[in-house]
Amino acid sequence: MLKRLTHVNQWVTDQDEALAFYTEKLGLELRMDSTVPEMGNFRWLSVGPSGQPDVAVTLLKVPGPPVFDPDTAAAVNDIVAKGAAGGLFFATDDIESTHEELKGKGVDIVQEPTQQPYGVDMAVRDPFGNQIRIAQIGAQ
Amino acid sequence: MTPVPPARHLLRAKDLIECRYYEHLDVPALAGAARLSPAHFSREFRRAFGETPHQYLLTRRLERAAALLRHTDHSVADICFSVGLKSVGSFTTSFGRAYGRSPTAYRAAFPPAASHARVPSCIVRAYARPRFSTFGEDRAAAGA
Repeated sequence: MLKRLTHVNQWVTDQDEALAFYTEKLGLELRMDSTVPEMGNFRWLSVGPSGQPDVAVTLLKVPGPPVFDPDTAAAVNDIVAKGAAGGLFFATDDIESTHEELKGKGVDIVQEPTQQPYGVDMAVRDPFGNQIRIAQIGAQ
Repeated sequence: MTPVPPARHLLRAKDLIECRYYEHLDVPALAGAARLSPAHFSREFRRAFGETPHQYLLTRRLERAAALLRHTDHSVADICFSVGLKSVGSFTTSFGRAYGRSPTAYRAAFPPAASHARVPSCIVRAYARPRFSTFGEDRAAAGA
């Protein structure tokens, strides 16, 4: 049966911008950046947290034909832009310094660090509208 | 560069409401976040999210107020002001429309979580006890 989670996908609308945001702003590692000419220049772009080499986030561009028809592609892009698609959850061991660092880098903060029953969490958005939640579990 | 979908800008206004609901937020401020003229903004926001920015802001404030009513003992007026609303009278009216009862009746209908979870009182007393250092008495005791 299923053993491990290896990848999750985050739809993006611009992979260069996604690469810059996820590595330079969020500090994730680049895992793979590979463009495949025989597949219509499909670009497999993945990043991940340094502490988890076996888990990666793929930053795939919403495809057009022949994968998605134009209406479907436009609808997915619109859903992402409305903040209604997916989302990622990360853990940090210092939510205050993470918050300061992301704020200093001009990242869109959606929720300032807030006490929750399970710790302190906050939320940011990527340039495309995806929500990224960050928690320090157990923090008070 | 792929052009940014218009909804991405509208989402900035929605996020501004999420993040700063307790501040004074008017249509020009929200429209600015969405990079739209105030005239177009409200219509476009409604088209994207199915409700007007005013409705979204008010319900966000009411939801936060309801949480404060459930989880704190702050007065209704304090809660009203702390979620960014200016008039206790209209807060009570809006709250009644949203939740079907007054803020005070709502609070009374949701007793503290401990009475739902049936946590033994010894646990409540142990876990809810403030840390000794809060009062600086441990330092005084250590020095004594």
